[in-house]
Amino acid sequence: MADVVPAKISVQQAMTAGGAPSSSKAMAEESIAFDIKDFSMWYGARQALHDVTIRIPAKKVTAIIGPSGCGKSTFIRALNRMHELTPGTRIAGDLRLFGENLYGPEVEPTVVRRRVGMVFQKSNPFPTMSIAENVLVGLRLNGLTQKDFLRQRLEESLRMAALWDEVKDTLGRPGISLSGGQQQRLCIARALAVKPEILLMDEPCSALDPIATAKVEELIHSLRANYTVVIVTHNMQQAARCSDKTAFFYMGKLIEYDETRAIFMNPANPQTEAYVSGRFG
Amino acid sequence: MQRFFDAELESLRTHLLRMGETAIRQVRDAIKALVESNPSLADQVIAADDELDHLEVEIDNEAIRYMNLRAPVATELRLVIVGMKASHDLERVGDEASNIAKRAVRLSAEPPLKPYIDIPRMAGIATEMLRGALDCFLTDDADKALAICKRDAEVDEINRQLYRELTSFMIENPGTISRALEIMFISKSLERIADHATNIAEEVIYLIRAKDVRHTDEVKKTSGA
Repeated sequence: MADVVPAKISVQQAMTAGGAPSSSKAMAEESIAFDIKDFSMWYGARQALHDVTIRIPAKKVTAIIGPSGCGKSTFIRALNRMHELTPGTRIAGDLRLFGENLYGPEVEPTVVRRRVGMVFQKSNPFPTMSIAENVLVGLRLNGLTQKDFLRQRLEESLRMAALWDEVKDTLGRPGISLSGGQQQRLCIARALAVKPEILLMDEPCSALDPIATAKVEELIHSLRANYTVVIVTHNMQQAARCSDKTAFFYMGKLIEYDETRAIFMNPANPQTEAYVSGRFG
Repeated sequence: MQRFFDAELESLRTHLLRMGETAIRQVRDAIKALVESNPSLADQVIAADDELDHLEVEIDNEAIRYMNLRAPVATELRLVIVGMKASHDLERVGDEASNIAKRAVRLSAEPPLKPYIDIPRMAGIATEMLRGALDCFLTDDADKALAICKRDAEVDEINRQLYRELTSFMIENPGTISRALEIMFISKSLERIADHATNIAEEVIYLIRAKDVRHTDEVKKTSGA
């Protein structure tokens, strides 16, 4: 039986412990965050992912690119079991985070989603909550209420999201009073507050203007020092600017995966070249 | 899939090929002016150098515009980069041809030092190398481009041989010094033209294979430099 996430570690303990890998075996494999073999997914009878095998490195930015409907979002949602919120999905294959099987029978999806945070295309701060409440909601829901701890984590998360200086004097204002770019960074701060090991970003800049996009990209660049980032993007230049490795998907299959420099300078597959050159179709 | 801006890249390719043809013609005409002692033809070569200068500027402008507006990647990016580098090499070939023509004018005022055999031979190899590099650009033939790089050693050897021969001339008969020096400089120009042809061949290999072979064992001259 494959290794599982130790279910006896509480979510509280995990949130206060920080973002380090949770087992000594994982420490030995810490250069690879996700080790995925022959991974497939179905939505009912429709197969959305076909035998994907990929190793995503730790503390690097990996971009997932491909045309609409190629399986990018399906793949990224499989990395933190978000697809399970959609009825009728099933998977096959092996998907490990720092050597631990994320789909083991004793693995709690909520623990997985604490370790693997996610930011969505459309920023979604909770509309009835203030800026501070938005950041701390994950911690509070898991019973962490000590004020000094929360204050420290609030500032830390907003600083990591490059938002602290802009909101430190208005933490009580509604999260939705912020601009689009600020709301997205608020959502990133919210994800970071629970100390994930991985940050998944599903087209985080597609609704943002160029200046807000640049700020989020700078944030992604700074986050790589401490986090593994996997980003889905339709923007080729963004993938080229921000990522260390790039994976090209088409019709649910991984077509090519390599250093970003290689994908954009000399892709091995003609389909990849056609796509990154804007000549796909 | 065709794009509306494909014509811009095609224009860059066309200009590069035209530049190559012009540069080859300039070298051939400059040597012809020398061998036939034809100062009028030499003057035409000198005047025609402007065309190569304008084409280099045009290609640079096209390349910069394409990079700025179209964000090329992969093969297209390599094509734009190679276009800029090769146009610079071809412009220098034109300058060397113009220098040969100027020396041909001066030499036409005196009897030839000896029959021109080695100079046309060098020029023949150098222009074959240029022609070959352009053909490889058209046909995506990286193996042939590699073979061109290795021919540079032949031109270098003839240059060294001429240098020794002309040095002997000058020592034995100081009255030949001015003509011998002109021929030495012409030989040096042809040696530089072959170097530029080698550069273009290396750039074509980079375009086709995304591999930088400059200064590698793969292109080192067979007889050593």
